[in-house]
Amino acid sequence: MVQEQEALIERIVHDLGPDGTHVMDVARAVSKRFGYIPNSAIPTIARHLQLSPVEVRDMITFYGHLSTDPLGTTVVRLCNAVVENMMGAGEVAAAFERETGIRFGETTSDGEISLRYTACMGLSDQAPSALINDVPFTGIHPELVQEIVRGIRAGLNLTTLPGSGVRHNLKKPGEIIFRRSMEHGAAIDKLLGVSREEALEEIKRSGMRGAGGAGFPAGKKWELCKNASGDKHYVICNADEGEPGTFKDRVLLAYNAHQVFEGMTIAAYVVGATEGIVYLRDEYDYLRGHLERVLEERREKGVLGDTIRSYQKFSFDIRIEVGAGSYVVGEESALIESLEGKRAAPRERPPFPVQRGYLSQPTIVSNVETFTSAAAVIERGAEWFRSFGTDKSPGTKLLSVSGDVQQPGVYEIEYGTTIRTVLHLVGARNAQAVQIGGASGRCLSSGGFERRIAFEDVPTGGSFIVFGPGRDVLEYMRQFIEFFAEESCGWCTPCRVGTTLLSRFMDRLVAGEATRGDLDRAIEMCDTIRNASRCGLGITAPNPLLTSLESMPELYERRLSAESYAPQFDLGAELRAGAAAANRPAPQGM
Amino acid sequence: MSDRNERITLTIDGVEISGESGMTLIEAADAAGIYIPRLCHHPDLPPTGHCRVCTVTVNGGNGAACTRPVADGMVVENDTERLNTLRRNLIEMTFVEGNHYCPECEVSGDCELQAVAYRLGMTAPHYPALNPEREIDGSHPDVFIDRNRCILCGRCVRASALIDGKSIFGYKYRGIHKAVAVVVTDRLGETEIEATDKAVSVCPTQCLRVKRRGFRTPLGSRRFDREPIGIPERE
Repeated sequence: MVQEQEALIERIVHDLGPDGTHVMDVARAVSKRFGYIPNSAIPTIARHLQLSPVEVRDMITFYGHLSTDPLGTTVVRLCNAVVENMMGAGEVAAAFERETGIRFGETTSDGEISLRYTACMGLSDQAPSALINDVPFTGIHPELVQEIVRGIRAGLNLTTLPGSGVRHNLKKPGEIIFRRSMEHGAAIDKLLGVSREEALEEIKRSGMRGAGGAGFPAGKKWELCKNASGDKHYVICNADEGEPGTFKDRVLLAYNAHQVFEGMTIAAYVVGATEGIVYLRDEYDYLRGHLERVLEERREKGVLGDTIRSYQKFSFDIRIEVGAGSYVVGEESALIESLEGKRAAPRERPPFPVQRGYLSQPTIVSNVETFTSAAAVIERGAEWFRSFGTDKSPGTKLLSVSGDVQQPGVYEIEYGTTIRTVLHLVGARNAQAVQIGGASGRCLSSGGFERRIAFEDVPTGGSFIVFGPGRDVLEYMRQFIEFFAEESCGWCTPCRVGTTLLSRFMDRLVAGEATRGDLDRAIEMCDTIRNASRCGLGITAPNPLLTSLESMPELYERRLSAESYAPQFDLGAELRAGAAAANRPAPQGM
Repeated sequence: MSDRNERITLTIDGVEISGESGMTLIEAADAAGIYIPRLCHHPDLPPTGHCRVCTVTVNGGNGAACTRPVADGMVVENDTERLNTLRRNLIEMTFVEGNHYCPECEVSGDCELQAVAYRLGMTAPHYPALNPEREIDGSHPDVFIDRNRCILCGRCVRASALIDGKSIFGYKYRGIHKAVAVVVTDRLGETEIEATDKAVSVCPTQCLRVKRRGFRTPLGSRRFDREPIGIPERE
């Protein structure tokens, strides 16, 4: 096996070049071939890519979908995100354990099947879901599991098994992002008739803001990048939507990739980039073939590649890079680190990526949706674009709607739409609460349903999870915070330790063991985490607690222990364990 | 980074100080004799902003002073009750993350974590202890690691790569499981580390330390037994 490893690594490096930025490609290839990355392969990878072994190990051990321990031939990654748990992932997990005879985290003794949990993989509209090797399975129910496991054991093609495949639930196309009429190259043709400065002015006039949730003005970002000096400029499309409950980029890339690439090409023209990268999350690897075909089609049509539309001075091409399972990589500087072949630890800012980004060069990193809107702005004009949405939030927004609704899927709505209107549209009656913007967003109860989806009111990256009556909302808030603790990169103390401590507090709260004093201390800890963390993950990690406490304080009142003080550990259990270890009878009365 | 020759002025807690463009805030404060508490920063190594103890408020927003470049006219808050509480909380988090029991620790009095905790007025951590199981590596003849005291400051990682030129240390895993990695096998005995390496001498809690020196300086007369860490407070 060692020789085969060596040969494989040599071949890949020969194809890609001996460059440390390719360590992800090499690691993924080794992982695909052997099911894991043996420690023995690490020095070899390092030598070929001119890295130190400890750097390669650092990168590999960071990502959830790479492993240095042997895994089964077939790896079942069952999603245990909040919506999946609402829809019965727990029962599905039990069925997998029953059928395979192992627990999650283990591998069958014959080395056939490994069971693993994974964070939200962009299929909340058809939960419960799983990735089995590279194949997505959706709408899994316990009765289906037996057939799936039998199929795996029989060595059948996974795509032929029941439950495999993804439906692209586009429920409501709008005027900007899911327009059906846009001709390939239509925006580029408009663009080439104007100067870079004029194109930039049009984007600025449109008032378009980044669709990832933070809402930075797109024109401003492009301008900063355009004016920054560097040997090269880069345009990166962030297709790593990992916010729990979001899946709109999946649908957008499946149905309207042309417009995404068109937008990237426009951005490249404005900032002077010749190279673009789509960072695709590993969970969407099944879209890669489709995206490669669209890119090829665009090259054939002369709207991508050398001399675009026979315009001598403008060439631009796009390549696709795939991740390996991480939430924080969706943060723009972490994404750049990952593209450079490192662990996805966000960078200190300033400097910002528009100044020093990919390979230290000026770089635009934008959301898939933002590029799509940019193409529409150039094709139809800023005035037209501004006729949608609100003054401060022009345009439309894609919402990924899931949870207790009749019609889960993707909806393109105008900015300024009230939450109540959305609830009506998606068929959610008597909603108890809505989680807007995913784990890092906010939890609103019915008192907040008149509020509007807009940067000036309730901003969102697009996740919209509905909790129906009877749902234990605090339990889901607990799961969100646990998610942050698992996805923290670990770089800085407040996020690394703070999210873990907060997660422990939520465990105690939901179990009815937390006192009012514990809650007060947890709120103070939220303040420390928010004010000291290095990046947005830590800054937003306390949101599930803080926003639900604000909108539904009564849930906390009901859950707090009546005791004024409760110990952090179970004294009786500790004494019993001690007694057992000393072979003494258990103490009485504990 | 911009050139290091343009003079600029900024204020820290209302005191005007001067610096040069290209400096970091912590460098400018050190030069001016103003103490900003810190743990992971080391003057001989590039800053990385792990511990966040040097968090200051710059023009209204928070950031780490060790990585923030100075700019003309910056208004910085440093020695405030709010920030010192935040720093104390961070130190307490650091304590409960590892296994730090000062009264029985062999490096008591010579530990930057303990010293900063004293200086910030921490008594005992009020967060629940995580009590992690951590490994001790004695496989090397001259240097050992007691991971119970590791605070993930990354000084050994930086020093080994940039000063010793050996790249022995790195990281592994993420979140609360993040740890310092020793090449591929986590055994110091299989590396080329030497007792004289910079990586060994920069460890703030001496979880990485030279063997057979434990009590050469007796408890009570060590570095921080004699005087507090950092620039002395102004009268």
